Amino acid sequence: MALNLDDIKRIAHLARIEVSDNEAQETLNKLSGILGLIEQMQAVDTTGITPMSHSQDVTQRLREDVVTQTNQRELFQSIAPATQDGLYLVPKVIE
Amino acid sequence: MQWEVVIGLETHTQLQTKSKQFSGASTTYGAEPNTQACEVSIALPGVLPVLNKEAVECAIKFGLAIEAEMAPRSVFSRKNYFYPDLPKGYQISQFELPVVGKGKITIQVPATKNTEAYEKVINITRAHLEEDAGKSVHGAVEGMSGIDLNRAGTPLLEIVTEPDMRSAAEAVAYAKKLHELVQWIGICDGNMQEGSFRCDVNVSVRPKGSDKLGTRREIKNLNSFKFMQQAIEYETQWQIETLEDGGTIQQATVLFNPDTGETRAMRSKEEANDYRYFPDPDLLPLEVTEADKARVKALMPELPQALQARLVSEYQLSSYDASTLTASRSQADYFVATVAAGAEPKQAANWVMGALSAKLNAEEKSIVDSPVSAAQLAALLKRIADNTISNNAAKQVFEGLWAGEGEVDAIIEAKGLKQVSDTGAIEAIINEVLAANQAMVDEYKAGKEKAFNALVGQCMKASKGKANPAQVNELLKAKLG
Repeated sequence: MALNLDDIKRIAHLARIEVSDNEAQETLNKLSGILGLIEQMQAVDTTGITPMSHSQDVTQRLREDVVTQTNQRELFQSIAPATQDGLYLVPKVIE
Repeated sequence: MQWEVVIGLETHTQLQTKSKQFSGASTTYGAEPNTQACEVSIALPGVLPVLNKEAVECAIKFGLAIEAEMAPRSVFSRKNYFYPDLPKGYQISQFELPVVGKGKITIQVPATKNTEAYEKVINITRAHLEEDAGKSVHGAVEGMSGIDLNRAGTPLLEIVTEPDMRSAAEAVAYAKKLHELVQWIGICDGNMQEGSFRCDVNVSVRPKGSDKLGTRREIKNLNSFKFMQQAIEYETQWQIETLEDGGTIQQATVLFNPDTGETRAMRSKEEANDYRYFPDPDLLPLEVTEADKARVKALMPELPQALQARLVSEYQLSSYDASTLTASRSQADYFVATVAAGAEPKQAANWVMGALSAKLNAEEKSIVDSPVSAAQLAALLKRIADNTISNNAAKQVFEGLWAGEGEVDAIIEAKGLKQVSDTGAIEAIINEVLAANQAMVDEYKAGKEKAFNALVGQCMKASKGKANPAQVNELLKAKLG
């Protein structure tokens, strides 16, 4: 799969990362290199091998359903840029 | 052209847990903003999610209830998008490997003026665990939106169907059935007002007979069955008219406006959704073993289908009665408790579905809040069975129980409703009535059957309704020879 500069701009936008034109070229080269590596790996026959979703072969530990957290709103909101009546304030969003 | 509508549902059920999906913050509804938003809920850097055992058990319960395939290992993924009520920038969900796979739910579609009632199997594609987002509050401060993250991280089970429904009625029947089922197995409180059960409905139309799916539009966040019915009917009509006018349907998300009864497309995003799912490296694969399933199964109540079959085989109820009684867990529980307290099953069924349900409906009460308990109803039915009171008198006792006038026997006593079954006493009444109504006796003897019923009526009246009607009938017949 070959990437072009438009792909890079789109991916950057989706991730909300600002990428200048110079950086875009550099990122294109790096990402293309990674995709090349993946292409090489895809040449390996993996028939019958269960796909791995985590690097360690262990399963998820579960937590008992108990409320352990107390209200720390004052503490958390002390570092928020803007709050009012207990709400975090952000620039207006209307769908 | 004849059109066919094709409908599939995605339902978000909020799981009945005390704490959140991935943290120990409380899930209690209606708390002060952000007082239940811990460092995991607000996504401070460096926090780690730890999965809630109870939420996993809820998912297993649902899988067992719909006889689903369940993955021995399922995987949590990140669904990436930016919105202020999602501070992590991604929602933890399941994508390629959901915990619950293919299953099925049988729905009952009620009769209408032109069609008979019927059953249909709706295939479930999958059900997966995920977390809810927070809430945006608009209008508090000019030019700003307020964010409340109390709901962020609340455990959800999203249940997805195949596009198997072919009318608004089928979609509503499915939604109602699912709504009852999740409450029955105790995984969701079903409170639609508080958003515990939210439906997204995918609607498309195609020429009847075609096996190709049309382009769908998704109606978001319907929180009442009535709105669902209206929204689907409007949307279907709109799509058919658009196509017949030569237009095309664009895939879109639409909202239903209850005030106008119309659906309207949301402002389409400049860029198509691209959630860039990938396995969440913070979470390991979730293992569900056969032993886990067996353990959870032992905790589950008898399922509605099984109870329904048992009511038919054990209590000889009709399948209609059995299906009506098992329409909700609370009604089924009430019925079973009434029978367990000694009532005759068929009579208990008639009273639960008849007098009790009418009275509850009239006062908009739920059966769990019924002023007449199952034990009281059973005591009342026993007094009918042992001929202490007549069916008519029982209705008065029921009213008394409802009004809190005391226990069954005390009410019978206080209202003087005890049925007279003493042959001598009844004969005395009959003799009086016959003497006073010679004209009717003559009519009956002349062959007028109706006159007999009138005489029975007179006897009942003379006894103030307390005579045993069957005995009156028998004795009167004997007297008139």
